Amino acid sequence: MAKKLNMRKRYELLTRGLGWEPTYQSKEKVFSNESYEGIKITDWSKWEDPFRLTIDAYWKYQAEKDKKLYAVMDSFAQNNAHLNLADATYVNALKLFIQGVTPLEYQAHRGFARLARQFSGEGAQIACQMQSLDELRHTQTQIHTISHYNKHFNGMHDPFHMHDRVWYLSVPKSYFDDAKSAGPFEFITSVSFAFEYLLTNLLFVPFMSGAAFNGDMATVTFGFSAQSDESRHMTLGLELIKFLLEQHEDNIPIVQGWIDKHFWRAYRVLALVSAMQDYMLPESPMSWKEAWEIYFVENAGALFNDLARYGLRMPKYHEQATAEAEHLSHQVWGTLYNYAHAASMHFWLPDEKKMDWLSEKYPNTFDKYYRPRYEMWAQMAKEGKRFQNGGLPQLCQVCQVPMLFTEVSKDDPMQISYRSSEFNGEKFHTCSDGCKDIFDHEPEKYVHAWLPVHQIFQGNCGGAAIPDILNWYHFKPEDGGDYAGSADETRWKAMHGETTGAASSDTESAEEKAAA
Amino acid sequence: MSDGKVFMIFQDTADARPFIEALTQENPAATIIHQPGMIRFEAMGEIGITRAVVEELAGRDVDLQELHLTLISLSGNIDEDDDYFRITRH
Ligand SMILES: [Fe+2]
Ligand SMILES: [Fe+2]
Ligand SMILES: [Zn+2]
Repeated sequence: MAKKLNMRKRYELLTRGLGWEPTYQSKEKVFSNESYEGIKITDWSKWEDPFRLTIDAYWKYQAEKDKKLYAVMDSFAQNNAHLNLADATYVNALKLFIQGVTPLEYQAHRGFARLARQFSGEGAQIACQMQSLDELRHTQTQIHTISHYNKHFNGMHDPFHMHDRVWYLSVPKSYFDDAKSAGPFEFITSVSFAFEYLLTNLLFVPFMSGAAFNGDMATVTFGFSAQSDESRHMTLGLELIKFLLEQHEDNIPIVQGWIDKHFWRAYRVLALVSAMQDYMLPESPMSWKEAWEIYFVENAGALFNDLARYGLRMPKYHEQATAEAEHLSHQVWGTLYNYAHAASMHFWLPDEKKMDWLSEKYPNTFDKYYRPRYEMWAQMAKEGKRFQNGGLPQLCQVCQVPMLFTEVSKDDPMQISYRSSEFNGEKFHTCSDGCKDIFDHEPEKYVHAWLPVHQIFQGNCGGAAIPDILNWYHFKPEDGGDYAGSADETRWKAMHGETTGAASSDTESAEEKAAA
Repeated sequence: MSDGKVFMIFQDTADARPFIEALTQENPAATIIHQPGMIRFEAMGEIGITRAVVEELAGRDVDLQELHLTLISLSGNIDEDDDYFRITRH
């Protein structure tokens, strides 16, 4: 038998011959997406895939990962391990995850399938094909893991339907729609580099570690299992950027523009993650600000030092994002609390212990700006005047987040930040300089944004009254509102043998018997 | 090589053990940070492992690509071959 080939050789043999010259159609026609963005590729063979994973090794390792993950999920279900959670409020983070993140995994699957078909370089085709399969695996394993929670808690019954319609989910959805409706090079810069390389650690590393800390071994296992593919995805993002910059100097300003845009877009999506990290984890090993320092400031700093020799600089407005780290999660959580009646998950006010932790983690901002707000809302709730916002918020035309961000970098953190632009005689509103720049660069694209609030007012969302709209979202009345007094809370207490005054018929459900 | 920071994060599981121990042995200057469910190695400029060391620790033949099973994240430029796996800053 022949001697085993080394890794480099094996990889060359895997890809050899896949990049044949078409004969009965022109190459431009076969790979019709490759040129319209103005990116110049002179030699695809310069593409380096440092992992050099061959397809047989790929299947072997992915099968192994799934085997381990499903073993954990099985034992989690058999042992009713959801009973070991630190607190049931934690499950609301999983609701946001299955509604907001899992559908993005599926969008990524579709996006990379397109790239695997449209790139003419064989190394890039293979990397994109593997990633497309990975993302489908992430979708499936997340659905499987969280389906266990769906048996015991509300709000997780129809995440894909919700993703397409719900106001707070249009934030992640519109980010991916934006990337997917762009050309292939912009898509991959957006998803692989701006999102996966620069920011995905913030979602999957500290949050998943927090899941472990709160007793959710099933979620941490799928999270880290997905993240083990992510090292490959991040590497694809980095190699792609280096490749584009080396191919032609004309690519540099185009790529820099995309990095600026998609860094800011992805950062705005992560506003939701900041709230998950600081407020939805009952016990939090790391704050959003600490995670931002480690995974963005340090990491991106070192990375862009590396990339400076290609003529690339840090993404525009990164300083603003860093300044906002002291405020972000508090502003988002406050807004979610105001609209709890229109959500398919529960929100709550932080208790004393949580507020003390927040004061410690945010010494410059929490006691000064946000604790008084929560204390006032707690007082109002006690007096039977629970504060909620009855109107619909103005949304940013680009990131689609309600106007809740403030002028932090202008030293005016209590002033909501508003920007606007004129286009074709109409006025369009944005939440920040970052979003305004994005709008002004491609107004033709963003005037078509599907903004949930505008759609409600135009009568496209099931009716004029809030219950009609929630019904159109497939929300059930018990899905939203405060955690205190919710069906989830009643059930959680029943599972632990505590009774509440308002026992609903839900408490007699199967899981209680299973737990007994 | 520069003084930029690189890192590798592994799951804190039995399967990752030989990789974690090899990283500890082979990168004495690295900082090791334990967090729930994971272990993070940080160093300036470079971090890496060699197959011989991992095999010694595992007590069996190891394909270094097995690290894909338990690697959570990394930062830096990858340099990989059959006998070593390294992450560097330029
Ligand atoms: Fe994914
Ligand atoms: Fe990914
Ligand atoms: Zn915006």
